Amino acid sequence: MPKVKIDNFEIEVPEGTTILNAARQIGGDIVPPAMCYYSTLKGSGGKCRTCLVKVTKGSEKDPRPMPKLVASCQTTVMDGMEVANITSDEVIKARAGVVEFLLLNHPLDCPICDQAGECHLQDLAFEHGAENTRYEFERRTFEKIDIGPYIKLHMTRCILCYRCVYTAQQLTDGRVHGIIGRGDHAEISTFIEKAIDNDFSGNVIDVCPVGALTDRTFRFKSRVWFLNPMDAHRDCPTCSGKAVVWMYGKEIFRVTARKDRYGEVHDFICNTCRFEKKGANDWTIEGPRDIDRHSVISQNHYEGAVTVR
Amino acid sequence: MQSLTNRSRNVVNKKMNFWERIYLVAIFKGMWTTLKHFLRVMFGKSHTVRYPEVKRPFAPVWRGWHVLKRDEKGAERCTACGLCAVACPAEAITMTAAERNKGEEHLYREEKYAAVYEINMLRCIFCGLCEEACPKEAIFLTDRIVPSDYARQGFVFGKDLLVEGVEPEKRIDVSVRQKHIQEKKWAAEPAH
Repeated sequence: MPKVKIDNFEIEVPEGTTILNAARQIGGDIVPPAMCYYSTLKGSGGKCRTCLVKVTKGSEKDPRPMPKLVASCQTTVMDGMEVANITSDEVIKARAGVVEFLLLNHPLDCPICDQAGECHLQDLAFEHGAENTRYEFERRTFEKIDIGPYIKLHMTRCILCYRCVYTAQQLTDGRVHGIIGRGDHAEISTFIEKAIDNDFSGNVIDVCPVGALTDRTFRFKSRVWFLNPMDAHRDCPTCSGKAVVWMYGKEIFRVTARKDRYGEVHDFICNTCRFEKKGANDWTIEGPRDIDRHSVISQNHYEGAVTVR
Repeated sequence: MQSLTNRSRNVVNKKMNFWERIYLVAIFKGMWTTLKHFLRVMFGKSHTVRYPEVKRPFAPVWRGWHVLKRDEKGAERCTACGLCAVACPAEAITMTAAERNKGEEHLYREEKYAAVYEINMLRCIFCGLCEEACPKEAIFLTDRIVPSDYARQGFVFGKDLLVEGVEPEKRIDVSVRQKHIQEKKWAAEPAH
């Protein structure tokens, strides 16, 4: 098994593991951020360039460093490889540049956006982004589109990570969803409206790293940090029935799938669970969800309401 | 014990002489101080003002009754983002958001607005963290004093008591406060 050193942490991983996944096995601050890579979606990654790392030593056999920064979600490890992530100034600088590019057309309407507080772009910009933009031109804007009765598409906020495309392709049957146009003109097309019949189409909300795809049943209802996320389950004939219910008092405001610490869903839930089961008796509450204590969601939650890690 | 300041004096219980013993000198000295104040109040300048009619100017650091500002076109600036409520250490602020309909653009600045916005003035500690948290420059603490009352019921202030009027004469000037906050923010960031 190849041994790889990431920011001076050594780990042995199976052949074919990407640098990003090897870093995730080590954990902590050295894990590169990822906006488009999604471990449970096949083929995802390589789009957003936020996970760029520097390979300072290619492998034991060929110790030359790689000439350019590489996307860690796509590059597999080699035996003896040495990778610099947060220990490399070049990577930090490049990542700040990537964030600036991602924010070029982003409207920064976080005060309005329902994703605020659990938005990966918000976290990324907070950590790496500059305070001001240097972009002087008009940002591209789109009309808001209702994709069926449950999902709202704010194309303006989209960073074109393709996660929802893979979700629609892999979880639903039949390819009805995609991105049309190229470069600056690329946009999630109306194909997506055809995916609404499918039972699992609501998962595009969860995989979206920004607020481009949001839950219409939760639209402007509350802010995520006012709600108590609770692990809950129910007997569902179509999906695993394991979900997180976001409660305000005894009332369930919204239902999402369970995300791991990298914001990735392993058990996708069906639309019935997500949108229609919001009664108090629909769910068996297991207990408060673990929320990172640096997250705004854990703010003002006292002991017992939410366990913080 | 060693003194910390060298300003302390030891108490001596020395015997008083005749003039000290009759206390009259000390009494007249004290009475003269009282008389000086009396004369100033009677014939000189007063220390107090007749409050409701005459008001003293407030310092820019004064934090009183909140105002929810409108923009120059008269639309409410608040978008119910909830940052003031999460910043509030007393948890005095609650709000309910609503979506702006077509034709309400002159009322609300953004597509989301606060349908209900309440500050419990009994919980509020007037710390000013809400105005620091506000990304839309919507909430400010003004130099108005929250009126007192005998009953507790009326102290949950809704939008009717918080949002300023549309008419120019009903606008509440917060420019002094705004400048003060901006200076404080710049002072906190060495980059400026």
